[in-house]
Amino acid sequence: MKRKMLAACTLILALVLVVTACGSGSNNGKKNSSPSSSDSGASKSSDEKITLKLMHLWPDGSNSAQNKVIKQIIEEYQNANPNVTIKTEVLENEQYKSKLKVLSASNDLPDVGFTWAAGFMEPYVKGNMFTSLDDLLQGDLKDKFVAGTTDGYAFDGKTYGLPVELNIVPVYYNKEIFAQNNLQPPQTLDDLKNIIKTLNDKGVTPITLGAKDAWTASFWYMYLVDRFGGPDLLDKSIASNTFSDPSLIEAAKQAQELVDMKAFVKGFNGLSNDEAKSEFMNGKAAMYAMGTWEVPNYTTNPDVPQEFKDKIGYFKFPTVSGGKGDVSDWVGGVGVGLFVSEKSKYKDEAKKFVSFFVQKWGEHSVTDAGIIPATKVDTTTVKLPQMFIDLLNELNTAKKVTLYADVQMKPVASEEHHNLVQALFGKAVTPEEFAKKQEDVLKAGK
Amino acid sequence: MEKVMSNKGIIALYVLPSLLLIIAIIYLPIVLTGYYGLMQWDGISPMTFIGLENYSTLLHDEKFWSSVYHSFLFAVLSTVFLSVYMAVALVLSGNIRGANLFRKIYLLPMLLSSVAIAQLWLKIYHPTTGILNDFLTSLGVKETPEWLADPSIVLGALFVPILWQYAGFYILIYYAAFKNIPASLIEAARIDGASPIQIALRIKIPLISEVIKVTIVLAVVGSLKYFDLIYVMTDGGPNGASEVMASYMYHKAFRGFEFGYGSAIGFFLLLICLVATWGIRKLTETKDSIQYS
Repeated sequence: MKRKMLAACTLILALVLVVTACGSGSNNGKKNSSPSSSDSGASKSSDEKITLKLMHLWPDGSNSAQNKVIKQIIEEYQNANPNVTIKTEVLENEQYKSKLKVLSASNDLPDVGFTWAAGFMEPYVKGNMFTSLDDLLQGDLKDKFVAGTTDGYAFDGKTYGLPVELNIVPVYYNKEIFAQNNLQPPQTLDDLKNIIKTLNDKGVTPITLGAKDAWTASFWYMYLVDRFGGPDLLDKSIASNTFSDPSLIEAAKQAQELVDMKAFVKGFNGLSNDEAKSEFMNGKAAMYAMGTWEVPNYTTNPDVPQEFKDKIGYFKFPTVSGGKGDVSDWVGGVGVGLFVSEKSKYKDEAKKFVSFFVQKWGEHSVTDAGIIPATKVDTTTVKLPQMFIDLLNELNTAKKVTLYADVQMKPVASEEHHNLVQALFGKAVTPEEFAKKQEDVLKAGK
Repeated sequence: MEKVMSNKGIIALYVLPSLLLIIAIIYLPIVLTGYYGLMQWDGISPMTFIGLENYSTLLHDEKFWSSVYHSFLFAVLSTVFLSVYMAVALVLSGNIRGANLFRKIYLLPMLLSSVAIAQLWLKIYHPTTGILNDFLTSLGVKETPEWLADPSIVLGALFVPILWQYAGFYILIYYAAFKNIPASLIEAARIDGASPIQIALRIKIPLISEVIKVTIVLAVVGSLKYFDLIYVMTDGGPNGASEVMASYMYHKAFRGFEFGYGSAIGFFLLLICLVATWGIRKLTETKDSIQYS
């Protein structure tokens, strides 16, 4: 019995030793790192070792172009500022949103990160999570941005985010499939319907759509709203919390008519955007409406075979006879923008990095990655693939860019918009019910 | 040793670390969730106390009740399927050839992570290139189902991989329980002239009744709070057709920025699970538990 007790005690002692050893190990680590930051904090010398955390949403696998540009900018910044180390964390879109939410709840936002404009960032701004970047806009970055692009990031006259991307949504199409079936890009909705009929008869999927990610279906609905009701209808409806204009219902009817014609890929409500995209990339579907962030895949991305790139063109969403919308109205808007956390320990350093980032991004993004930045691009000096120059010119002559509906709406209404669009395209609601329910949730004001 | 174990101080010392951890990691968050449920809170800005308003909204929230219905449907189905797993375990424990191999085959899905299973089944269910629809097409079906996009079948399509995922787990539990039954009992029954079916129904199954009770609780509670596969495969869609309680909670809290409301749903879910566990205990209570040793 005594022996057993001795053994037990020894075991416990050993365990305690191991545990305490671990504990002291981590303490040592902290002790080693803390003096450097505390003394330099007092002296503010330039060799202060700083680690800035950056969180972004472009994983190497799915958005390699953006990923590379970011890596390059970070490297340049670290070379110019050897005392700064930038640690990146990368998450895919939806996970990024969730993680940002969790981090903000625990007051642990990265020093620099990306946010969406308007409705998405409102709670963060109201919760005092982001710091105002007005000093940058007045200083280093004065007049660098395309007019109006920072508006979506401004609340009560202060700007809390700086956009890095400006996107519009063209309809990409496979020229080879169109040529095989003697088809021309559509000018009107009726043209589009004829194309859909022809392709369906031939057994080709006309349009690929991943409506499990409901915002992709929202593009189609938004365009129909614009073409029927004119450029300001959607903005006004959302701002005034009414959703009863006849054009809004007509657009919903047309969306369901397209569904009835089997315009969209089979089972689209169960497919994610990535799955839908692969139908287009494999040449199985003829059309795909998506933001200009996809353009690198059709121009510069080395992972996509050149012969596929050559096949892809784009057209503007067709008009409808008697509709108020113009063919040069676009759905789109600024994409994500950089924010600096209000709680960041190195706010000034973070702002400096953001300023550097925005300028370098403006230089690199178009030429290296084929991304349209929100800063002004001098098209005469940069060499770009043709599709890019065309789209940049479209942007210059655009009559109106309607910001994505789900970004315009507040979080609850936005989430419900996603559900309702799925229901509309899945024919689970009538166009009238769709409009009614959307109005109800807008009126709730959350 | 006995001396040590009878010393209350020592017992407390041994129990304390894990007790503290459990309180900090499990019970404290539960209490906090209940507290947040009384608040209007977007997760970021300051909370405002609104009393039971979240709960009264919850009671009138059609979407929530449809998610409750889906969860309960799933719980019932999981429980019914326990009998299938039991049958498989009975056969496997009967010393048939290759039992070992089959046991491993059934256990395999359990070794995969939920996300991997979800990806696998997404490919199987793919409306145009999926193996399932390919198979149906080869049988001559013209209008193949859109498994994950059709609200009327999406729930059923989701239950299959989830049941498949957990089959091995329950089969293993039952298998172990059956193997634990002393051979002498079976032999005695056989000498008395009992048929294999009689042995199974009258002797083996009653003998493992305690294990069955536990598995029923596990299956019901596990189903009620199920989240992962549904989140990856359909995200509760299309239009909430495959929304279950946990995914609805996630959507409200993380997508809709309604942490207060999400917490209320979470707390409600906990209550439902507690009531379900208690109810099952009551229903399956037997006065004389069978013992063997």
